[in-house]
Amino acid sequence: MAADKVDPIHQFQIHPIIPIHIGGYDLSFTNSALFMLATVAVAAAFLYLSTSSRSLVPGRLQSVSEMAYEFVGNMLRDAAGTQGMKFFPFVFSLFMFVLVANLLGLFPYFFTITSHIIVTFGLAALVIGTVVVYGFTKHGLGFLKLFVPHGVPVYLLPLVVLIEVISFVSRPVSLSVRLFANMLAGHITLKVFSGFVVSLSALGAVGVAGSVLPLAMAVALTALELLVAFLQAYVFAVLTCMYLNDALHPGH
Amino acid sequence: MFVTSAFAQESAPAATEGETHAATGVPAEAHGTFPPFNPATYPSQLLWLAITFGLFYLFLKRVVMPRVGGIIDVRNDRITQDLDHAARLKGEADAAVAAYEQELAEAKGKANAIGQQANDAAKAEAEAARKTIEAALDQKLGEAEARISSIKANAMKEVGTIAEDTASAIVEALVGGKASKAEIAAAVKSVAG
Repeated sequence: MAADKVDPIHQFQIHPIIPIHIGGYDLSFTNSALFMLATVAVAAAFLYLSTSSRSLVPGRLQSVSEMAYEFVGNMLRDAAGTQGMKFFPFVFSLFMFVLVANLLGLFPYFFTITSHIIVTFGLAALVIGTVVVYGFTKHGLGFLKLFVPHGVPVYLLPLVVLIEVISFVSRPVSLSVRLFANMLAGHITLKVFSGFVVSLSALGAVGVAGSVLPLAMAVALTALELLVAFLQAYVFAVLTCMYLNDALHPGH
Repeated sequence: MFVTSAFAQESAPAATEGETHAATGVPAEAHGTFPPFNPATYPSQLLWLAITFGLFYLFLKRVVMPRVGGIIDVRNDRITQDLDHAARLKGEADAAVAAYEQELAEAKGKANAIGQQANDAAKAEAEAARKTIEAALDQKLGEAEARISSIKANAMKEVGTIAEDTASAIVEALVGGKASKAEIAAAVKSVAG
């Protein structure tokens, strides 16, 4: 256990809590699933309870909910226009889910679901899947105009189309890796510096005195991680808005 | 709530991990593979992500967003309504001020007219009185002049007699004879003539 404490990777381990196996797949209810549930429960409960009084003049908590709502709403309207507002519930859910998951992960002993590539990739794939499905149902093959920018000389067109296709295909990857890598790296760094505190403290009085430095670093990193938690949720939502704009207006 | 469950879960598995995996036949997490890149956990995470995020999405779409949107709409409506109300009250106040000013101007005009009228009436009365008095004075003047001229005429008439008397007296004193009345009268007439 002592070794685990200092092991910065231990926090990302997944343990089954309720084992479930169907058709050879391990679908167990794990600590990851528990924190997905917690994320959803905390976010939903906050949004639901803070607005339950429906005050004309909002209190603090209701203001927070309204600010989040209007923040995402304005973001989507700026990026994708009023037509994009049909995706408002989707983008708002994504933003709140990622934000609350990131923030919950900052608590000691809590599992950070967005530090797992499969979770962020699942969300990114959902975004790109929505873009592709909506783009083709709305515009048919006209959606492919997305890959053919206007005003490009014909002899450059194959190259440009290739680049556009590669950039489109790399979107889910970049979207998911950005969030995953930020959360992973932040939590590893936090754990490493906190580990230094523990290791140094074990060395006696000098060690305890010396451990002040990594402790200060861990405190500063916690603040940074708080910023990153907000920033990455914001970036995820903004990019989602921009990709949805492509689905709505593929001709640029 | 989450703290306790998370803490319990964090401390418990150390002992039970091996058993759980052995009992359930899960491909044990290979120690050494980086947990986020362990594909054995992928189906479970994707399934639970789909379930939790799906429920979250539905809850937000059906319950939370209509409510928050409703709150904001109601507030915006209320604000526009209040602004309209304020604008209407301001209009009413402006109209009242305009009406008051108009009334004031009318009253002023009326007061001026009344003053002017009184002034004119007084002037006319004074003029009439002056005229009457002038007329009376003229009449009196005329009467007086008439009387003066009649007195003068009388006096002038008597002047001849006095002159004749005086002349006869003078003649009597100077000459010592008596001049006839007719001669004296003729002489006086020739002098006076």
